[in-house]
Amino acid sequence: MAIKDTNKSKLIYTLAAWTVSGMIFFPILWTIITSFKTESEAISASPSLFMFDWTLENYAEVLSRSPYFDHFMNSVVISLGASLLGLLIAIPAAWSMAFVQTKRTKNLLMWMLSTKMLPPVGVLIPIYLLFRDFGLLDTRIGLVIVMTLINLPIMVWMLYTYFREIPNEILEAARMDGAGIKQEIFQVLLPIALPGIASTLLLNVILAWNEAFWTLILTAANAAPLTAFIASYSSPEGLFYAKLSAASVMAVVPILILGWFSQKQLVRGLSFGAVK
Amino acid sequence: MATTQSRTLAKIMLFPSVSLLLAWMIVPLCMTLYFSVLDYNLLMPGDNEFIGFLNYEFFLTDPAFIESFFNTLLLVGGVLFITICGGIGLAVLLDQAIWGRNYVRIMVLAPFFVMPTVSALVWKNMFMNPVNGLFAHFAEFIGVTPIDFFAELPLLSIIIIVSWQWLPFAALILLTAIQSLDREQLEAADLDGAGPWSKFVYIVLPHLSRAVTAVILIETIFLLSIFAEILVTTSGGPGYSSTNITYLIYTQSLLQFDVGGGSAGGIVAVVIANIVAIFLMRLIGKNLEG
Repeated sequence: MAIKDTNKSKLIYTLAAWTVSGMIFFPILWTIITSFKTESEAISASPSLFMFDWTLENYAEVLSRSPYFDHFMNSVVISLGASLLGLLIAIPAAWSMAFVQTKRTKNLLMWMLSTKMLPPVGVLIPIYLLFRDFGLLDTRIGLVIVMTLINLPIMVWMLYTYFREIPNEILEAARMDGAGIKQEIFQVLLPIALPGIASTLLLNVILAWNEAFWTLILTAANAAPLTAFIASYSSPEGLFYAKLSAASVMAVVPILILGWFSQKQLVRGLSFGAVK
Repeated sequence: MATTQSRTLAKIMLFPSVSLLLAWMIVPLCMTLYFSVLDYNLLMPGDNEFIGFLNYEFFLTDPAFIESFFNTLLLVGGVLFITICGGIGLAVLLDQAIWGRNYVRIMVLAPFFVMPTVSALVWKNMFMNPVNGLFAHFAEFIGVTPIDFFAELPLLSIIIIVSWQWLPFAALILLTAIQSLDREQLEAADLDGAGPWSKFVYIVLPHLSRAVTAVILIETIFLLSIFAEILVTTSGGPGYSSTNITYLIYTQSLLQFDVGGGSAGGIVAVVIANIVAIFLMRLIGKNLEG
């Protein structure tokens, strides 16, 4: 009787959860499906979920008619470049805050996080004018610099929380064995910290890939990553649903897959430690 | 065993991050402050004379600012309301024993990883378009007049899109919080004969209060700066009916080239964001100590 009851409530909860999550996921599913339709099927008044002639022509057309691949590569270079550069700067800072704590460590960490709370419009004009004067507008290197700086607080913060989890005894044991500071970092610390570093890299690639304020403002034809390129579909190309869908799927799916691996890091990185 | 040597090394290792962030924060912010008291327009080359607080006066008394201020409140408030309520519901649902929980989690989380311009364009064209959108097809199917979302309800349409993007974040954070709930408390309540509703109101909700506060503050910081979704859907229109403060400052700065006015607006935006940030920093500070 009791087992039947739990099974029954499990069934009800399962149905409810699948229905709700299906509705939330539907716009993405619908975009994926539409990307395989012809344009006339895509706007059909009696749209079909699966019963249509599946075609790849939208993908072929998006790739051949527009400089899609260039913008895709811009996204790759900018998000990966900014995240790797960020790691290079953030790892030493997080290491020193996690292992050589002083009275000021906490305040320093909070100050770094607070810079993430500065609204971008507060620095919009100076950044735009500086970029113009230094010839950085619409360049990949310019965007790498901005992306590195806006994500640096999150990187330092995430790495700090990962490094704090490394038990001090391991480091002490290494020192007892006579390990110098170089050995301590490269032979003891880095191997243990590697998963945390990889997670930080992953989440920051995702954040940089999807960033859509500075990319829209600071780029034009040359350095525009996909966020800015897709924005050019707003009209009238946006009315070609199948092509819009194909372009969107190629922009979103790679990061969606990475995102599924980074669920836990998302909580760690974006809750700023305000949730435990 | 922090020796003087390792302390010096620690300082050297901190230096790049601290100096870069300091430069990134202080230099442009000071420039914005400086520009905000000048009569400076890129289209009208002049001597950019000092005009005191005139830019602030113009910005704050501009009817467009008043309207976009209330739009910002509605946008942030609306999205917070939807994502918190929906997030709590989803978190409770996903915390139950269900079949295929991993797949459900993946589906719920997915919208967060869709770039803002794609979400906005997909919703605008494929769902909310008054002729060919899915909602219009559905309205015709059940025999009612389709809504022209972005002409009739521009702000609400943007609230819907942004809520869809942020619901996963709220749900995920709240789910994490629910899972840290002490199960023995719930079992004890069961033994005392508490129903599911009273368990939810008296045990789950109080346990979630801190996480809810955190989600509200974090989301507010990001939602105050909503930009791409407005740019690709309504461009702030019709009129100023879907312009928020961020978008208003963008139009003033980069479309009208009014450096002085845009800078004054930027400083106003910084002040508004700081009010929220202070509360968020307090919460973070408490957790860092505990």
